[in-house]
Amino acid sequence: MFLKKSIDKLKSALDRTRKILNTDISDLFQLGRKIDENFLEELEEKLITADVGVETTLYLISSLRESYKNKEIENKEAILDFLKETLKKKLSKKENTIARASEGPTVILVAGVNGVGKTTSIAKLTYYFSQEGKKVILAASDTFRAAAIEQLEKWAQRLDVDIIKQKMGADPAAVAFDAIEAAVARKADILIVDTAGRLHTQKNLMQELGKISRVMKKKIPDAPHEVLLVLDSTTGQNAIVQAKQFDEVISLTGIFLTKLDGTAKGGVVLAIQNQLETPVKFIGLGEQYEDIEVFDGERFVDALFS
Amino acid sequence: MFDTISDKFQDISRRIFSGGKLTEKNIEEAIREIRTALLEADVNYGVAKTFIQRVKEKALGEQLVKSVKAREQFIAIVFDELVSLMGPVDTSISFAEKRATVIMMAGLQGSGKTTTCGKMAKFLIKKGHRPLLVAADIQRPGAIEQLQILGETLGVPVFSEPNWTPPKICAKAVAEASKKNCDVVILDTAGRLHIDEGLMKELGEIKKKTKPDNIFLVTDSMTGQDAVNSAQEFHKLLGLDGVVLTKLDGDTRGGAALSIREVAGCPIKFVGMGETLDRLEEFDPQRMASRILGEGDLAGIAAIAKDLINEEEAEKIQEKMLSGQFTLNDFLDQFSMMKKMGGFSDLMGMLPKNMLPPGAQEQLQSGDAENMIKHTEAMIHSMTPQERNHPDVLDGSRRLRVAKGSGKTIQDVNQLLKQFQDMRKMMGNMGQMGGFMDKLMGGGGGLPSMAGGLPGMGGMGGMSGKMRSKRKKKPRRKK
Repeated sequence: MFLKKSIDKLKSALDRTRKILNTDISDLFQLGRKIDENFLEELEEKLITADVGVETTLYLISSLRESYKNKEIENKEAILDFLKETLKKKLSKKENTIARASEGPTVILVAGVNGVGKTTSIAKLTYYFSQEGKKVILAASDTFRAAAIEQLEKWAQRLDVDIIKQKMGADPAAVAFDAIEAAVARKADILIVDTAGRLHTQKNLMQELGKISRVMKKKIPDAPHEVLLVLDSTTGQNAIVQAKQFDEVISLTGIFLTKLDGTAKGGVVLAIQNQLETPVKFIGLGEQYEDIEVFDGERFVDALFS
Repeated sequence: MFDTISDKFQDISRRIFSGGKLTEKNIEEAIREIRTALLEADVNYGVAKTFIQRVKEKALGEQLVKSVKAREQFIAIVFDELVSLMGPVDTSISFAEKRATVIMMAGLQGSGKTTTCGKMAKFLIKKGHRPLLVAADIQRPGAIEQLQILGETLGVPVFSEPNWTPPKICAKAVAEASKKNCDVVILDTAGRLHIDEGLMKELGEIKKKTKPDNIFLVTDSMTGQDAVNSAQEFHKLLGLDGVVLTKLDGDTRGGAALSIREVAGCPIKFVGMGETLDRLEEFDPQRMASRILGEGDLAGIAAIAKDLINEEEAEKIQEKMLSGQFTLNDFLDQFSMMKKMGGFSDLMGMLPKNMLPPGAQEQLQSGDAENMIKHTEAMIHSMTPQERNHPDVLDGSRRLRVAKGSGKTIQDVNQLLKQFQDMRKMMGNMGQMGGFMDKLMGGGGGLPSMAGGLPGMGGMGGMSGKMRSKRKKKPRRKK
């Protein structure tokens, strides 16, 4: 039941990307055209318009061209199947289970640039783990943006979980350290650490993020167990740069892709999964805290092309 | 910002036109690569297509002009096309005559509306207005508090009624503006998706009730191909007066900036450049095009400086600088002025790439440059007034004292003094050149403001040499 609902949601969320890909590809065929260079160019346009990215698009097109030459594909259905299979292979290659601590609290560090939806995503993660019956504690380590603490506090109230905080302007690493002590003392299962949005180009702020990560190791040596980068799916190809730079500083273990309910931007997932090692682990599909999904590459591709 | 496009352009133009004329072959090659660069930068597919088409036609058409070097000629064409793609721009704000002016901000979630409202308020205060901020975002937890904190920082009243509907909040705020002695009302609406009918209708309602004089769409400059779609939808529903492009201080390649005007048909009015509230700037396509091409944004530096530097003072400094009478005290003043202008890295980021010494880019990004300024300040602070005014008196034992006082080594002090002397000499030379700065600024912008920006560069080491070589190549810029 829950699964059915979520597929529907995912489908409707991806509706526009699907439309762009699907409808337009069929249009190409309705004209009774063969798979020629013009066709491939138009396909290229569709893929790029869906934010699949130049590199990934060129990769898809050239594999398509190759298979066509080798007579492996001849008609529309075959093209769609070919694209789906190629993408699924790419997407399912990556392990995307959520890491858990062998004992004590599992620590999840959440980072990202400004405005991608970090705090909302944390509310969703809190909901997700609470549904599993886990005890969650939040750490308000975004001590920079005006009212960020209040925003997280409100979610904590709504979801009925504890929050560890200090005043605005406090040292975020100190907040994280307090929180990790509290999580151990209160026997929490999951500690989720919110951090301030920062552009990946701001080296000082990026170093601060590194410090937060290091400080937590003092209490729990293998923390943080998960380091999630929150990415806005309406972001274009800059998403890849962001992921690379955050990875350098805090070694990402996964990506939380937000705002997939919005627009045509399913495509950036393909770019990310094609060009980066970091797997997408969660997706956000709406403004409510229950609008969270564990990312499933196969299902994603099916929804995209169905 | 725009690093990747500009790197690409520089690279393409250097590689392909390594001397010689424009030929059909090298144009084709350059154009193909530029197309990829644009698409990687999230420029709208259609816009990229027509853009390169136009560049190609122009480039082939100008093949006859044999006297100019291919690279410069090609860049000039691309520059002109970029400017015409993003312009013409009108950065005016409409003001109401008989009542308070209403500015409505709308946009997707996370585009930076609330911060932009704060920046807009600050921008208007500087122009002598008395803004009222209205918290009409009752969706996002903490949004009202965020605006209230911004209001407190700016000393601007904030209107909020958390339990009312946004249209009612806005209408009431507009009605009460004059009572609060405010002449501009800035409406911070909740973020929404352009496909969310209910919330889009709410915006229409707010528009109906408040009759805004200006409706601005706040757009994240990192947005992908969809940027133009959402802008189009908002424009269709609300009739936008313009766009505010945010987060341009990152390394976004700014495809949105290039596409919005062309596709959605509404101009970019302002750009947000950083987290401090005074970093809202009027959009200037020429400056943007210069940056995209890696030619820097000298005019931008001038504009920021103008805001902060008192003309008379600036002229005095300029005179001193150009006559070689510059002292360490002035040096110190320049640093504090630069801090006001948004920090060293920001400024350096606006300089043309070829004016930066090797390694400076990395230095900037690592934040070393800011540290270097701190250390330099510490050293100057450890000097007596006499030493600051007459650095020549600094002998070995004085230098040792300064080094100890500032926690640096005597080599550091020596280096500082050497750089200072070099710079003073360079500035003196420049003064004799006369008018160079004006040329550099394209005739406008003004020298005084540049005076505020330049000195720090001496500290970068190697900069002076770069400056001189730049001087010989006067930028060819069509007006």
